[in-house]
Amino acid sequence: MSAIPVLPPAEPWSLPSRGRVGMLSLIIGESGIFTIFVVAYIYYIGKSLSGPTPQQVLDIPLFNTICLLSSSVTIWLSERQIERGNMKAFGALWALTIALGIEFIIGTFLEWKKLIFVDGLTIHTNLFGTTFYSLVGLHATHVVVGLLMLTLVLIFALTGHLKESHCERIQVLALYWHFVDGVWVVVFTVVYIVGR
Amino acid sequence: MADQTLPIAGSLDITPPRVKERATAVEWLHEWVITTDHKRLGILYIVYATFFLLVGGLEAMLIRIQLIKPDNHFLSPGAFDQMFTMHGTTMVFLMGMPLLFGFANYLVPLMIGARDMAFPRLNAFSFWLTAFGGLLLYYSFIGGYGLYGMGNAPDVAWFAYAPLTERAFSPGHSTDYWALALIVSGFGTLGTAINIIATVLSMRCRGMTLLRMPLFVWLLFVVSGMTLVTITPLTACQIMLVIDRYLGGHFFDTQAGGSATIWAHFFWIFGHPEVYVLVLPAFAIENEVIPVFSRKAIFGYPAMVAASVGIAFISMGVWAHHMFTIGMTSVGNTFFVLSTMLVGIPTGIKIFNWLATIWGGKVQFRPPMLFATAFLFQFLIAGLTGIMLAVAPWDWQLHNSYFLIAHFHYVLVGAIVMAFFAGFYYWYPKIIGRMLDETLAKWHFWLFVIGFHITFDTMHFVGLLGMPRQIYTYEADRGWGTLNTVVSIGGFIQAIAVLIFAYNLIHSYFRGRIAGNDPWGGWTLEWSRPSPPPD
Amino acid sequence: MISFMRKHGAPLIGLKFWPALLLLQCVQPCAWTQQKHTPPSIFAPASTPAHDIYGLSLFTLAITGGIFVVVAGLLTFAIIRFRGRHDDDRSEPPQIYGSMQVELAWTVVPVLIVVVLFLATARIIFAVQDAPKPPDALDVTVVGHQFWWEYRYPKLGIVTANELHVPVERATYLHLVSADVMHSFWVPQLNGKTDLIPNHPNEMWIQPRQTGLFLGQCAQFCGPEHAKMLIRVYVDTPEEFEAWVKHQQQPAVDDAAVAQGRHLFETQACTNCHAVNGTSAEGTFGPDLTHLASRDTIASGAVKNNPQDLHEWIKDPDHFKRGVLMPPMQLSDAQIDQVVAYLDTLK
Repeated sequence: MSAIPVLPPAEPWSLPSRGRVGMLSLIIGESGIFTIFVVAYIYYIGKSLSGPTPQQVLDIPLFNTICLLSSSVTIWLSERQIERGNMKAFGALWALTIALGIEFIIGTFLEWKKLIFVDGLTIHTNLFGTTFYSLVGLHATHVVVGLLMLTLVLIFALTGHLKESHCERIQVLALYWHFVDGVWVVVFTVVYIVGR
Repeated sequence: MADQTLPIAGSLDITPPRVKERATAVEWLHEWVITTDHKRLGILYIVYATFFLLVGGLEAMLIRIQLIKPDNHFLSPGAFDQMFTMHGTTMVFLMGMPLLFGFANYLVPLMIGARDMAFPRLNAFSFWLTAFGGLLLYYSFIGGYGLYGMGNAPDVAWFAYAPLTERAFSPGHSTDYWALALIVSGFGTLGTAINIIATVLSMRCRGMTLLRMPLFVWLLFVVSGMTLVTITPLTACQIMLVIDRYLGGHFFDTQAGGSATIWAHFFWIFGHPEVYVLVLPAFAIENEVIPVFSRKAIFGYPAMVAASVGIAFISMGVWAHHMFTIGMTSVGNTFFVLSTMLVGIPTGIKIFNWLATIWGGKVQFRPPMLFATAFLFQFLIAGLTGIMLAVAPWDWQLHNSYFLIAHFHYVLVGAIVMAFFAGFYYWYPKIIGRMLDETLAKWHFWLFVIGFHITFDTMHFVGLLGMPRQIYTYEADRGWGTLNTVVSIGGFIQAIAVLIFAYNLIHSYFRGRIAGNDPWGGWTLEWSRPSPPPD
Repeated sequence: MISFMRKHGAPLIGLKFWPALLLLQCVQPCAWTQQKHTPPSIFAPASTPAHDIYGLSLFTLAITGGIFVVVAGLLTFAIIRFRGRHDDDRSEPPQIYGSMQVELAWTVVPVLIVVVLFLATARIIFAVQDAPKPPDALDVTVVGHQFWWEYRYPKLGIVTANELHVPVERATYLHLVSADVMHSFWVPQLNGKTDLIPNHPNEMWIQPRQTGLFLGQCAQFCGPEHAKMLIRVYVDTPEEFEAWVKHQQQPAVDDAAVAQGRHLFETQACTNCHAVNGTSAEGTFGPDLTHLASRDTIASGAVKNNPQDLHEWIKDPDHFKRGVLMPPMQLSDAQIDQVVAYLDTLK
């Protein structure tokens, strides 16, 4: 019943990889969650009835940010290495990525320690506290999940189970890591620049 | 045993003949629990949704018994509040969503010539997450303490407005069950949406370009894309609510400077696209059923694709038409009036295209087509009452009245459930291998349509007479008594019809006429496979 | 144009209800002889903004009705005319895949309809929401509580509850706030509803054209007794309204005969929640009772204001409104009788 001609078999038939599509879809979904938290943060800027304000207690986490954003570079470099089959170089750069991510988490932990015990800012102190810890915490959780995945891959690499043929999957995982870094750019701008 | 692998001309069936021993009960159960096969998971979703259709229907019946006359004492206020909250939550999250994902799971791979979904294990995981979410939600009836002696089921309305849901005003656990159960099942939904997108983009068989896909696949692809940015705002604001309730946060705590309206915005940013997520699969079913039973190709395939995509995008920008009474500025209200009216245009175009498909065809009124035709009239009316609600000043009267309930039940029941019944009658032969009984189908159809109109046509009028929603009783001197009695009677008639349907599903499983590959003369790929398709 | 017609033809709508209302008047004893308008239909507007909305709604009905007749008519025709016949030769009908002109036509026409309807709607939005406030408008602050309405007239020094009195023909501007959760003020014959949201004040106005009692109720789910958060708006003639205002501005009646009841009231924790102007009772959690006996109802319209029901209410509010926030006062029947006798003097 169809009047549409059938595709001749000689033509190439290529479809995007399902891993990549799946990861991009996940990223779009997660962006939805982050967007709502960012909107709430922006909406509540300046609306706290009491308590410490961002100007009073927030220091710009420059070193943390540099570490996290550099980790995007190192992971990109490691992707290139595994594409060429240089597993040792891949492993080194991958481990460096993890180290930079861990530094970011430690830095966040220290920042929160100061805010809670020195400045008295907790999630229930005021609107700033609620929105700050929720947004930054949500991001940090995603970093931790990413680090767990990266560490798993590192273990596979160190035990010799990771092959050059896995480079596609590595790229998919790296997409997630780039997403986490991208979200940090937004969170950093909103919390430490716009909101202060 | 009937050999169901009759090949049709040109198809190559390479399934080796197997002699299957009868599995023990434990083996059978085990197979279903561990399955990652899209067909099995599709059936699991559909059975799950049908079960909750009956449960949600029971809740509706209890509501209608309570409201059959003024000052009735059948349900206490607390119990009534739980009933309408659970009815709405169940029907949307445990019936509508699983049903559409069930049909998608079963049919999308078949229709694009793929072996299974892109991520079969994620598929299984997503189903069980959704199922667990439903279990958690219903556990609320028996878990925890209850202020009114009926457990702690959610009782804050399905949209759970703040600050009623804050600890100060809802000290029990009812809100917690609502938020947590839906967060869990929301992740399941997200997983399935990702799966469908990846399947459609990456698993089409050779030659199946995007513009050759059946419209059913297109619509479920669009729905999955929408789900990514629709469910996630709900998950986000529910996480915020849990933070408020358990960690002392102030997201919606008006006493600390928080905003109640921001909950409404976040919820409806989810809530409005959600109803399009629910209705687009109904369109998808119409797109398959109407051409086959009119013996004519769908009129305007590219326009239908464009209209679907258009609806998806515009529907993201209309949410505040649920909030015309909340006190937005006149400019804000006007914007949402415009966007809401605009989304009606591609929707109307679809109705015209279906009309044009029927026009000049040879219509066979078999059960799927009966329901598909009723859909057309009922969806038309639903759309028109939607336009009435889009007129903001009129909405200031109609909002939160029974007119609103009549409108959205016209969409959800008169259109969506109707289309799903059509889908059931259409694809049951493919999935089970047997036809559903046609006499029972006609009883189901006519009783349901009559009951539906008795209930929901009348309901418009009781709303126009000033009756608000979500009230456990009403004053005798308002003049709403007789109309409410009529509404309730129609509800009982619909209940009987649905029970006939449920009986038909079970009866035909054992006694239905063998269907063969293509009992309806369909043209999409699933009809080239045996019924049921081999694993 | 239709709204103009409706504005001037509107009183005729009310005529339908006159016979029933006259009957009701004889049957219902009350402090103020007001005819009750019921059912509270949105198609029986009795106030300027309600009339504006009514006119727009008729215009919308005409358009949607027209669309329905055309499309449903075509659908009906199609399913009858193009039925498959039994003697059919099973051939396929001519396959038509689409038509650009047709698609264009049935896109353009709806767009035009939307433009017209949108412009009509926008006009009324601005007319109602942004209407300039007349200098002689009456100001009332409405405070929503679970599950009752507090009414304050700031410029007149009046605080009352549950029964709102306004003058006919004058605009009354309602400033809407909430003490707890979201509520919504809906009296269909006077205007559409507007929500009362904590931390988010709203404004609405009414301008009643007829006297009488107009009914409404809370229209945003606010908890277990949302259903019983009823609204009674008494639209008075200017003279009646002046008299009512003067009366409400008086402090509470001090009748020595009910001193025992008053003593109980002031020492049995009633004053934790209730206020009686001119006494030591200054509670704000519950309704102001200074002129309780001048009201037709108690419990926000849910219960008649007579001694028996008032007695039952004080003894066990849950009996009438299960889930209401007033606790049973744990008084003996004799004590309640005395309190009721006291409250009955608070005219």
